Amino acid sequence: MCNLHLNKGIHTSAAFRCILTNSTICPFFTWRVLFWFCRITMAGSFARILSSKRKVGILSLVGAGSLTVGFFMNREQHVSAGAHVRRIYPPSAEYPDLRKHNNCMASHMTPAIYAKLCDKSTPNGYTLDEAIQTGVDNPGHPFIKTVGMVAGDEESYEVFADIFNPVIKERHNGYHPCTMKHPTDLDSSKIRGGQFDDKYVLSSRVRTGRSIRGLSLPPACTRAERREVERVVVDALGGLRGDLTGKYFSLTQLTDQEQQQLIDDHFLFDKPVSPLLTCAGMARDWPDARGIWHNNEKTFLVWINEEDHTRVISMEKGGNMKRVFERFCRGLQEVERLIQEKGWEFMWNERLGYILTCPSNLGTGLRAGVHVTLPRLSKDPRFSKILDNLRLQKRGTGGVDTAAVGNTFDISNLDRLGQSEVQLVQTVIDGVAYLIECEKRLEKGQDIKIPAPISQFK
Amino acid sequence: MELISATMTKNCNNDYKMKFSLEDEFPDLSLHNNHMAKVLSKDIYNKLRAKSTPSGFTLDDCIQTGVDNPGHPFIMTVGCVAGDEESYEVFKELFDPIISDRHGGYKPTDKHVTDLNWENLKGGDDIDPNYVLSSRVRTGRSIKGITLPPHNSRGERRAVEKLSIEALNSLDGEFKGKYYPLKDMTDKEQEQLIADHFLFDKPVSPLLLAAGMARDWPDGRGIWHNDNKTFLVWVNEEDHLRVISMQQGGNMKEVFKRFCTGLQKIEDVFKKHNHGFMWNEHIGFVLTCPSNLGTGLRGGVHVKLPKLSTHAKFEEILTRLRLQKRGTGGVDTASVGGVFDISNADRLGSSEVAQVQLVVDGVKLMVEMEKKLEKGESIDGMIPAQK
Repeated sequence: MCNLHLNKGIHTSAAFRCILTNSTICPFFTWRVLFWFCRITMAGSFARILSSKRKVGILSLVGAGSLTVGFFMNREQHVSAGAHVRRIYPPSAEYPDLRKHNNCMASHMTPAIYAKLCDKSTPNGYTLDEAIQTGVDNPGHPFIKTVGMVAGDEESYEVFADIFNPVIKERHNGYHPCTMKHPTDLDSSKIRGGQFDDKYVLSSRVRTGRSIRGLSLPPACTRAERREVERVVVDALGGLRGDLTGKYFSLTQLTDQEQQQLIDDHFLFDKPVSPLLTCAGMARDWPDARGIWHNNEKTFLVWINEEDHTRVISMEKGGNMKRVFERFCRGLQEVERLIQEKGWEFMWNERLGYILTCPSNLGTGLRAGVHVTLPRLSKDPRFSKILDNLRLQKRGTGGVDTAAVGNTFDISNLDRLGQSEVQLVQTVIDGVAYLIECEKRLEKGQDIKIPAPISQFK
Repeated sequence: MELISATMTKNCNNDYKMKFSLEDEFPDLSLHNNHMAKVLSKDIYNKLRAKSTPSGFTLDDCIQTGVDNPGHPFIMTVGCVAGDEESYEVFKELFDPIISDRHGGYKPTDKHVTDLNWENLKGGDDIDPNYVLSSRVRTGRSIKGITLPPHNSRGERRAVEKLSIEALNSLDGEFKGKYYPLKDMTDKEQEQLIADHFLFDKPVSPLLLAAGMARDWPDGRGIWHNDNKTFLVWVNEEDHLRVISMQQGGNMKEVFKRFCTGLQKIEDVFKKHNHGFMWNEHIGFVLTCPSNLGTGLRGGVHVKLPKLSTHAKFEEILTRLRLQKRGTGGVDTASVGGVFDISNADRLGSSEVAQVQLVVDGVKLMVEMEKKLEKGESIDGMIPAQK
């Protein structure tokens, strides 16, 4: 559906870090345990429910220093945190037939990795078979390489790291999850330029996603968890003020009139039909706890419980990408502040950035793009190479997999992980400026140059 | 496949889910119209949500398809499935009332009679072939000790396939045939199977997809048929096995004889491996969908009834004869050229012989009615009493 493709992924505020420790010897797990330590002190039955489950981790933290460090350094213990999976047949009998498959999961899955991970589960009970089901059921397209696996919760990326890491590396153009760190930066004041001529740029848009720490992701969440995501996020959005003041539309309670308006605004999302999503279990219980929030000005939009806990989109007509990004950062930071007031936070770590359902959206989860008219440049044989070197991708104006209409293209950043939000948006702004320059030169009959390739990891 | 170990583990995810309240987990069924939605109360949900079968199938697994598919205002779908044989026992409080609603008031204490002795069928070889174009009997079978399509792992599904191939390849005489795995089919084989109307495809119905029955497609799936193309077995589609006997013309007796004989031969091979068919004296043959319990049998004919089908009493006649009509494309299709698919409506509470008898007797009567109507005569005197 068009909407799905136009509104993809959201970005959020960069400022938050682990407030209790900046210890470099503590891996990802420590940070999470400390989070639960905070959560225990919160009122709310939900906090109590979750905190009681984490007591083991908390007590370890409170224990002797060196032992604590030892506990957290021993990742094997964490990997075995869930109960063993039911096993009747040996791994070799269960290994999927991936001979006709062309997706990232199939490219990196081996019988050895499968055997190692197949009887493990995350603390909430998510398994390897569940993570890869979508990739087994959807062999892929000979030309488009899909990811082929999803995370059911934050811990999936740890427990099943042996398969997630190579998939992440391939999908994110060589980013090494084990050795590299992902920078987060939502300080929009750093942006230079970014106000384009409306003659060329018809609209500007930035999207990302955010997950609520402590609740399972759409492939695995229970109805109660999904409803809690809705409550937490809608509550926070209700606290937005000024140009961000808005309203929530629950999919279960839409009036016909509201539905029509949301369709006309191109805001409404529908039950997923893509087998990539349905095979991963993301459409369960539809439309329970799904909804759309947008500000009165219709420039800031949040989807709740679609492919991710939240998808956040900032947009407007015309070429003021700077203002779109400024509103994006402001909105995200404000939402983050509001959920933190209630004791919640976003899933994030310094290895993978913001944690989302699909590995392709890790890091920033950000897609910043414009609809730009380039009648002459688009016909130039050097167009694709120029885009490649600028680390941009083109799509038709219907979103991914659509064709361009009348020389208007959707141009956005190629990368998601390994560069910050500010860096990626600046890349888009600089790149689009260059494309418009080329177009103008071609208008005047002048020649254009292919720019030098810009570096990927800054 | 050898059983390495039958270690049953606690269902970790269900334990996690139990930490959430009943209120927060109970599905919103306010817009739903299926058997499950009518039966599932908060009380029942509360009683059953902590349980799981030995293989780890839970209440939420049973009902997911019914939650995801609210139903149709006119067609009442079942809205739940079994993941293994034990589901019907562990989740009795859910399944018993659904079975009662779906199968004409069948009680938890009722016993189901199985009769696959084709010789007990009276007649069935004398229906006018000018009216009956083809005859068909189908059922399903589940292999004991292996979980069902909504729940089974790849290893289990492949075990079903392996056992099935062995059983089917052991058949001889009129049953001699060949297995075509969906995974390795040549284009030529595929075209032939389509032309024969044998090929089944990956399910597209959300009722099946939401229940997880299309996972790992087409791994472990295949079609077997005899050289005569009168006996067909589907492996790992909606059930472990779907068995079909059919032929052109109206000789239902022959079709049923082949059906019973073939089933018996196959069952003997499975029993040798200690993997007989799932069956018990309360719900008969155990299948994935509660609607197919008992005999799992649909015996029917394609019959020309252009005049009778437009008669005011057609529906009533069918109801009294305990028959149902479908278009010739199967369930939910319209009839073409006055040709209808007429089959038994019941599955549970009567035997295979009894159900096929109803079809044979009922169709014979309806053909007589059609002939009367052709001559312009009334059929009022022929309307049957409720069977």
